[in-house]
Amino acid sequence: MRNIFLVIKREYMVRVKKKSFLIMTILAPVLFVGGYALVIWMAISSVDSKTVQVVDESGLFTNEFKDSESIKFSYLKSSIDSAKSHFTGSEANALVYIPKNVITSPKSVRIYAPKNVSMELKSEIEDVIEKQIENIKLSEAGITHKILEDSRVNVHSETISLSAEGEKTSSSSAATIIGGICAFLIYMSVFIYGTQVMRGVTEEKTSRIVEVIISSVKPYQLMMGKIIGVALVGLTQFLLWIFLTISLTTVASSVLSNKMPKDSKQMQQEMQKIQKGMPASQMATSGVDNPVAEVLGAVNSLNIPLIVSCFLFYYLGGYLFYSALFGAVGAAVDNDADTQQFMLPITLPIIFSFVFAQFVLRDPDGNLAFWTSMIPFTSPIIMMVRIPFGVPAWQIALSMVFLVLGFIGTIWVASRIYRVGILMYGKKVTYKELAKWIFYKV
Amino acid sequence: MNIIEVKNITKDYSNHRALDDVSLNIPKGSIFGLLGPNGAGKTSLIRIINQITGPDSGQVFFDGQPLGQQHISKIGYLPEERGLYKKMKVGEQLLYLAQLKGLSQKEAMEKLKIWFVKFDIKTWWDKSVSDLSKGMQQKVQFVSTVLHEPELIILDEPFSGFDPINANLIRDEILELKQKGSTIIFSTHRMETVEELCDNIALIHRAKKVLDGPKSLIKEQFKTNTFYIEYRGSLNGLEQKYQLENTKQSENDFLRTNIHLPAGITSNELLSDLLPQVEIRAFGENIPTMSDIFMRAVNEIPEA
Repeated sequence: MRNIFLVIKREYMVRVKKKSFLIMTILAPVLFVGGYALVIWMAISSVDSKTVQVVDESGLFTNEFKDSESIKFSYLKSSIDSAKSHFTGSEANALVYIPKNVITSPKSVRIYAPKNVSMELKSEIEDVIEKQIENIKLSEAGITHKILEDSRVNVHSETISLSAEGEKTSSSSAATIIGGICAFLIYMSVFIYGTQVMRGVTEEKTSRIVEVIISSVKPYQLMMGKIIGVALVGLTQFLLWIFLTISLTTVASSVLSNKMPKDSKQMQQEMQKIQKGMPASQMATSGVDNPVAEVLGAVNSLNIPLIVSCFLFYYLGGYLFYSALFGAVGAAVDNDADTQQFMLPITLPIIFSFVFAQFVLRDPDGNLAFWTSMIPFTSPIIMMVRIPFGVPAWQIALSMVFLVLGFIGTIWVASRIYRVGILMYGKKVTYKELAKWIFYKV
Repeated sequence: MNIIEVKNITKDYSNHRALDDVSLNIPKGSIFGLLGPNGAGKTSLIRIINQITGPDSGQVFFDGQPLGQQHISKIGYLPEERGLYKKMKVGEQLLYLAQLKGLSQKEAMEKLKIWFVKFDIKTWWDKSVSDLSKGMQQKVQFVSTVLHEPELIILDEPFSGFDPINANLIRDEILELKQKGSTIIFSTHRMETVEELCDNIALIHRAKKVLDGPKSLIKEQFKTNTFYIEYRGSLNGLEQKYQLENTKQSENDFLRTNIHLPAGITSNELLSDLLPQVEIRAFGENIPTMSDIFMRAVNEIPEA
């Protein structure tokens, strides 16, 4: 026991002291938060407004183009030809020409610009013209604006899970997001830390220290020490990421909020404007239309303690299951370059489970979902996708039992391969030989 | 008193037998040479003594007790395939290895200080192993092997890769450890080392123990009753009684001849036969070198 603890300590300390660990631990949240902050900052600060000149020969669009935060419209009374000739001298970014016969031939609208105009600008201009023509055509057909507004219906359904405990508002989008995140995290860490275990084993082999070590420590202890040590490294990094992300987000948002008040005031005003123009029936639903609020509300409806504890279980179980196999691969080969041939059968199920996860998200109670969440090769990822949607307790329990049996199995197999492999040099190993090693007496 | 008794050990690998009913005793306080050509089974035997692998049949006793977990800290092992963690610092690495052998961190620290002074490597403590030369790394490995003051030290080809200066340093250390009461097992096929250091030897060939015992006795056993003589004059007439071999010119018109004595004739009788005939400059018995013994023993065994 003392020895396994010493091995864990070494594996942990060596990795945590590495520069790459420090860089990854700090850089990942910085990039993550930085990326978001940049996007938000750009969105806030893009007050770089464009001016668009309009030559409206039809006379139908007077004052229909509304100035917005980013686009200012100005109407020219001159003819299109003189407008064009003046355009290059002006500061305007684009020139919109609406001919007289726009209603009959809407395709004759032209946008002139020194460079290509952005999709956003183009679609905004087109939107206004389309709406106006639509309105004109509708009123020609005898349909008033009022009738039109009343005919627009916004259907919104709420999913309510019916169970013994009664009705509970649930949200499939919240479940999808939570399930997806959990699956992705497990997928990533199995890969990252599994490969670290493998590298560690090959390093001991290629540096030839392994024989010295196993004259003091049982190979099984060395392998388990490594697996546990790396798991703790992963956990440390994980916690540091969460901690750093939260603190960075706090800092970033407080910096950005200096810019925020102006915008949020404008937003509020716009909201009020919109709401005033809206019929009462629609106003009631507008609050719920906000998907973020809906998800946040629904998250509360999810069984958070269950999700968190299952996440920890499957995170650890999946890692143990696969890292043992990765360790066995490391022991079977002489150097990193040779690992490829044995990696495939290990990485395939991980990648497949991630692919299956997309289907399971769509049908969390189907046959595929059930079986893949039972088989330990895929269950750590798939079960985590399903759990936020609600899974019968017996299924979770069964899947957990299988996973525990699974990782006991892979650790057993891996340790059999490991104890033979670490002392085997200069030999290209085949699958047949690996199978033999499992039953060797050492 | 034997520190190690190996009794009828057999070890099979999937396609060959590594050890075939091998028994041998390693006396306490001796330097024991485990000899044999490459692939004879030396490393297999050493791994069994180190409990890295187990025998298929047979038993090993350490100090009279069946070999077990409690003996691991009493053995220091320097394998032939040896190395260190490349990216770890020398000091940390030695502390780690010492703790695996059961020393507390404090004990290990104290002992390491002594060795670092002794080998004059104090500046290495915070160096990464990859910054050391191969010879320097081997010094570190040697320290890690003997730091916990093991009763039994097993060195597998210890001098391979050492430059002569470091090899001497290590040789002196080995002799000093023997003085202090440690038993040392050398596994090697370098006969000069054996000649110089070993008290006892065992020769393993094709998985079997071919011979073992104290070096002097083995040499006695391999003597061919041949004497050499350097002389002036002629040996004519002696060829009826003795077998004369390999006469050749030595310096200053002296000749050198090997004379094989038939059974029952002593060296004194040979001398009295020689004295009237030739002027003798040198006379002595041809004692076989370890290298001769090795070659003969190995070649006597037919190919399996």
